[in-house]
Amino acid sequence: MSAVAEQTGAWLEHFMNQAPAAAPWMQSLRDAAFARFAELGFPTTHDEEWRFTNVAAIARTAFTPVAPDTLLVYPESVRKLEPAEAEAHLARHAAFDRNPFVALNTAFLGNVTVLEIPRGIVVETPIEIAYEVPERPDLGPNLAAHPRTLILVGEGAHCTIVETYKGAGAYFTNAVTEIVVGDRAVVDHYKVQQESVTAFHIATLQATIGRSAAFSSHSISLGGALVRNDANATLSTGSDATLNGLYIVNGTQHVDNHTLIDHAMPHGTSHELYKGILDGKAHAVFNGKIIVRQDAQKTDSKQTNKNLVLSDDAVVDTKPELQIFADDVRCTHGATIGQLDGEALFYLQSRGIGKREARRLLTYAFAQDVVDRIKVQSLRDSLERILFEKFHEHAE
Amino acid sequence: MPLLEIKDLHAKVGDREILKGINLTVNAGEVHAIMGPNGSGKSTLAQVLAGRELYVVTGGSVTYDGKDLLEMSPEDRAREGIFLAFQYPVEIPGVSNMYFLKAALNTIRKHRGLDEYDAMDFLNVVRDKMQIMKMDQTLLNRPVNAGFSGGEKKRNEIFQMAVLEPRLAVLDETDSGLDIDALRVVAAGVNAMRSPERAMVVVTHYQRLLSEIVPDFVHVLAEGRIVKSGGKELALELEAEGYADLCEEPEAVGKL
Repeated sequence: MSAVAEQTGAWLEHFMNQAPAAAPWMQSLRDAAFARFAELGFPTTHDEEWRFTNVAAIARTAFTPVAPDTLLVYPESVRKLEPAEAEAHLARHAAFDRNPFVALNTAFLGNVTVLEIPRGIVVETPIEIAYEVPERPDLGPNLAAHPRTLILVGEGAHCTIVETYKGAGAYFTNAVTEIVVGDRAVVDHYKVQQESVTAFHIATLQATIGRSAAFSSHSISLGGALVRNDANATLSTGSDATLNGLYIVNGTQHVDNHTLIDHAMPHGTSHELYKGILDGKAHAVFNGKIIVRQDAQKTDSKQTNKNLVLSDDAVVDTKPELQIFADDVRCTHGATIGQLDGEALFYLQSRGIGKREARRLLTYAFAQDVVDRIKVQSLRDSLERILFEKFHEHAE
Repeated sequence: MPLLEIKDLHAKVGDREILKGINLTVNAGEVHAIMGPNGSGKSTLAQVLAGRELYVVTGGSVTYDGKDLLEMSPEDRAREGIFLAFQYPVEIPGVSNMYFLKAALNTIRKHRGLDEYDAMDFLNVVRDKMQIMKMDQTLLNRPVNAGFSGGEKKRNEIFQMAVLEPRLAVLDETDSGLDIDALRVVAAGVNAMRSPERAMVVVTHYQRLLSEIVPDFVHVLAEGRIVKSGGKELALELEAEGYADLCEEPEAVGKL
């Protein structure tokens, strides 16, 4: 049920005014998705999945849809498909029946980025997908973009994908990325969220991982006023999933990372490391759900969430959520919320390093193990530069 | 003018008074050993000199090179030439030894009005000093003290001291946890640093370090006060007789 203030009417109007979809099956998807969105309405904090993240500010705003500027860089071995060619997979992985934002994105299916890495191909250079919400004052003050990505990785193929999100001013990015990892394929996915600090960013990543395939996700969340990332991975027999994340927030930023690792089949392994650095009155939420289904014997799963709180007013809510239905499994989880180590600060100071610089160094060091796991050198370099600047201002 | 002059120094941690009136004068070129049983306040004294905020100075004064040391931040003390070799060196995952030491050295050099070192200059400086300490150069690329053995940590402390070239080095239980071979390496590193311009305060529980680093003066700290001072032979006496006789209140001794 929708609250009175929700702008469902505005969404309906924009939905109706869209150009027809490129294929009848896409139109059917749009229709079904919008119907579902209308049923669900925007979530409230009474919804367990959204308990700590209040999206009323999104629900109340009348947005105007805009196509995001999309920049793609990929080598010749990668095929770019038309969305209409992707019926077998598009919207078949990221379910819109429970998540109204995925439904809303699907209701506006249009310029979908569809890339296919043929079986057995090893793509050595990273595939870059950059989305930017354009500045279009002519369209109105509150723009909403629904970036949509589908990556089909063939059997035994290897690739690295770097997805970035940017923009200026106040707007709403509502992104959905589906990645289908073929059997024995190896996929490293990076998402760098550098939205404007006045933007809303809601995103779902859904990876469906084939047999004996390896998938890693690295989610770096830096910008945005209100951010919600869902990273979901479904494993097959012998799959390996890695979900890493780093979020750095200050001021009144709110970032919510929900992860879901679904061990559906036996012999899967998953590793999860999310780290957060909070300053000011920022609020971070981490919810790590791991499902080990009855058939998923011999599952090995590890989840870690660590938070460094630099101010008195920042708030962290962290929760592991393990649902284990198999008996021969190993699942560990741990969460910490802490401040800078006073002993370490003194040690650095005792060597002549100023207090502010010492704080910066230790803050940077806290993020280091997540940064070290990034295998794309250029991305690691630019991230190190961003972190350096950020902690410089944090330490002021 | 003495390099370090401590007068009637009192300090507490929480509600517990640990230093109860320390008097000590150290001149450039001298090596002073501070001995005493566990809990006598040796490490507290070392930490107070380095500026650890955990310890609150409640009385007395410390003058270093004519300046009020107690007014200075820990980093300013280091920049002015004070170095504390920690009893328990802190592990700092995520910060490489190299980055850390280069940052420290350049801060201190800048403070002294010297040019900052680039990576090549720095490597040239540290290479020799690592050899003296018999340290593997790969330690530079590892995070500060993280995963180091006890001996490696202590060697790393003295290595840092050799690179930073302090005027006053305070060595807090540098011998603890070292086997005799490691102890000799550490002591050789310290001895190589002895010079007429530099003073050292060597805090230790045991005499064995002092047969390697031979002090000019030995002081016995008991229950927050220096109860006896003497030359290097005092360390040997203590080794033979223990601290028991010295640890009672001096007044009580007088009454007997």
